[in-house]
Amino acid sequence: MGDKKSISITQLRRLAKIGDAASGALSSVMQPVRSLGFPYLKPTRPKGVVVPEEPSKLGTDFETDWARKAPARAARKVFTRGPLKALVKAMADPEVVGTDRLSDLMELDPSPAVIFAPNHHSHVDTPLIITAVPEPWGSKLVVAAAADYFFDKRVKGTLAALTLNAFPIEREVTTRKSSDQLRRLVDTGWSLVIYPEGGRSPDGWGQEFKGGAAYLAGRTGAPVVPVFIDGTGSIFGKGMKRPRAGKTKVVFGAPLFPQEGENTRRFNARIEAAVTSLGDEALTDYWTARRRAAAGTSPKLTGPEYNGWRRQWALAEHRKLGKAGQRRRQQRRWPDLG
Amino acid sequence: MPRPGFVLEVDRSTPPILYWRGENFSLEKLPAGRSRVIYPPEPLAPLKDIDGAIRHALLNPHDQDPLPALLFPGMKLTIAFDDVSLPLPKMRRPDVRQRLIEAVLDMAAEAGVDDVHLIAALGLHRRMHEYELRHALGDRIYDAFHPRGMLYQHDAEDYDNLTVIGTTDHGEVLEINKRAADSDLVVYANINSVAMDGGWKSITTGLASYRCLSAHHTGHTLQQTRSLMGHREHSALHQSIWRLGKVLSDHGPKLFQIETTLNTDMFPDPYGFINKREWEWSTKDRAMFLGTTKALSRTPIKLARKIFQGIEGPHQMTSVQAGETSAVHALTLAKVYEQQLVPVEGQTDILTLGIPFVSPYNPDGVMNPVLVMCMGLGYLFNMYRNKPLVREGGVIIMTHPTYRDFNPVHHPSYIDFFEQVLPDTTDPVVMGQKWEKQFAEDEWYRHLYRTGNAYHGVHPFYAWYWGAHGQQWAAKVIIVGGDGPTVRRLGFTPASTLDDAFEIAGDVVGRSPTITHLHVPALLVADVQ
Repeated sequence: MGDKKSISITQLRRLAKIGDAASGALSSVMQPVRSLGFPYLKPTRPKGVVVPEEPSKLGTDFETDWARKAPARAARKVFTRGPLKALVKAMADPEVVGTDRLSDLMELDPSPAVIFAPNHHSHVDTPLIITAVPEPWGSKLVVAAAADYFFDKRVKGTLAALTLNAFPIEREVTTRKSSDQLRRLVDTGWSLVIYPEGGRSPDGWGQEFKGGAAYLAGRTGAPVVPVFIDGTGSIFGKGMKRPRAGKTKVVFGAPLFPQEGENTRRFNARIEAAVTSLGDEALTDYWTARRRAAAGTSPKLTGPEYNGWRRQWALAEHRKLGKAGQRRRQQRRWPDLG
Repeated sequence: MPRPGFVLEVDRSTPPILYWRGENFSLEKLPAGRSRVIYPPEPLAPLKDIDGAIRHALLNPHDQDPLPALLFPGMKLTIAFDDVSLPLPKMRRPDVRQRLIEAVLDMAAEAGVDDVHLIAALGLHRRMHEYELRHALGDRIYDAFHPRGMLYQHDAEDYDNLTVIGTTDHGEVLEINKRAADSDLVVYANINSVAMDGGWKSITTGLASYRCLSAHHTGHTLQQTRSLMGHREHSALHQSIWRLGKVLSDHGPKLFQIETTLNTDMFPDPYGFINKREWEWSTKDRAMFLGTTKALSRTPIKLARKIFQGIEGPHQMTSVQAGETSAVHALTLAKVYEQQLVPVEGQTDILTLGIPFVSPYNPDGVMNPVLVMCMGLGYLFNMYRNKPLVREGGVIIMTHPTYRDFNPVHHPSYIDFFEQVLPDTTDPVVMGQKWEKQFAEDEWYRHLYRTGNAYHGVHPFYAWYWGAHGQQWAAKVIIVGGDGPTVRRLGFTPASTLDDAFEIAGDVVGRSPTITHLHVPALLVADVQ
């Protein structure tokens, strides 16, 4: 034990020496550069002057146009169809159903851009939806991501834009600037993924839908495709420290078009009802879900009205019906009778 | 704008014409100056908003109240639908039946209807496999209804679940599925590929008992059926069915018929040359033809069959109409003829037919020799209106390998029919009197039909009867490229090449006969003047 310790200390000393030598070498290389000064290096700031702050390039101002240019698209295609797909398969084992409901839009030439509106429980949702969305939309998909979370740092924003084609958007209210940019994207054939809940579920149940997807559909004329994702909350839900592999299901619904004279609030309610019904379909079956939807008795995505432990208790029961329940189902153990 | 069908007079500059040969094709040069080829009309444009059109049809039916007005809580609703024999080849998902039934279920759900049964209207056809039901109805409907026993297949031998509705003035008994008979409303979801389907035939054959079907599916009736795809008054079969329809409408449950028509865009891109006129083949089409035929000639037959049966047609819906059966069917027929009718002047001495890999009775199965006869003389020969393309006493030449091969799961009674009945007689009336009862009442066949995926024991007889009129009409039937002994067993003459077949036909129709080739698929009906 003592030997091991003395060896490791010796090694550390050697490493420190190497580090010192490297830093010395670097500083001797940099010395001539430093001596060159401005304009080869940043200018020094004279005392007493106030340099105006550069406008922020983070948050909703984060520039992502480059992520939709050919080189970034090619890199993303390789990434999403290779490592990302394999990772999603390993972590979430998705079952994708209901893509036949999009067949009429697929047949159109060219297929129109659409807005996918899934429920949101986890960071796994985005890779899952990116790999589940069928062509022709899969390769021209922009994900609306919370500007304050994904685009608060340059590196984070760049990675999100490159790998997921993320686009910064406000959580609460879609501003005119964002909506203009998104409309431009839709006009040029890009489809969007917008989580109408505005963020991941804090407690495992869904949240009220905000009007972003409905508003954008109204402004762009693009149909909204409701999507229900089941099972990601127990793979990497909000508050979980590390992900746990499990099974998921993605159910695509029939495209919804804004009706004449329908305002954003009503259209948003229709989108929420459609996702709610798909949630019911994912946990029961098509006919049960249709009947409950018609009777207005579909189980709410937002869960029961009550709070506290009973809400969590109900969540456990609710999850048992879905894909999360399949993972947790233990294999029966028979007693060893010798 | 799709071009109408037309009749090509073959001259010296006409290229060789495409013929089906089962799971392959050939190009055949037809004699100039006395041959013609009938090309089908190009596929009509499909409906733009299919689901919207279906909803509109259900809300604005013909001679019937809108569907929502017929639905109420506590009612018994039965939805019957066409089986796997339609369409051919199977269509890309979502199938028309799925679209229709989902639209009906949406309305039923809104009306609070709980008791809904879905029944595959098989008649005496084989039960569909699970993957076929899923393809026709979609996974959503299958997963919702099948596990609860609310989606099942009609059984024409389950007399506990069959009920007599009444009798026609000709003594024909109408006996149909009990659940349908006891329902407050029966909705029928139909796909109409050819003019003989749909109308009253949907329920009075699809949901009928063997006893009921045997009244009009006879050799004698089919010999008298002189216009299967044309005017109903010349079809003894349809006359009988319409009489049964009258009984059904007077004494049966309330009906709501939904009929749809498809365009003839039947084969996807790689097989695009099938739908084209030969002189319009592009370099790609020619390369595809050469590659396909060369490859198929070296492919084991089972694999070739698998390739062809796996084709999903891009055909799309061209019309949907709903309401009272007769009113709806009249509109459907008009649309079918709009797609398929080709005016033709006069009859011919020799009619040539390329027989494809599939008929309504072998989806995902083997085109056995009996079905070759049925497809040639029963279906393609009958694709006419007014009078047959070939003159009475003329010759019919078919091209097909006619291998002695059967699917024992789907066609067990066909094997015995081929081995026992055909060596004895090929006359439909004689075989009906002598052999039909034995096959129809055989307990093993009955068991396989009811529990497996076999056609009813009597079905090979019905397939044979289907060709009864053609058999009676033509003086000689020749099969080019068929297995000799098998072709002879069918009562036909084998020939190795089309030129040999013309030589053989010369004995009947002389040295310089007129020749007509029916360029199918796509489907067409020759309106012979």
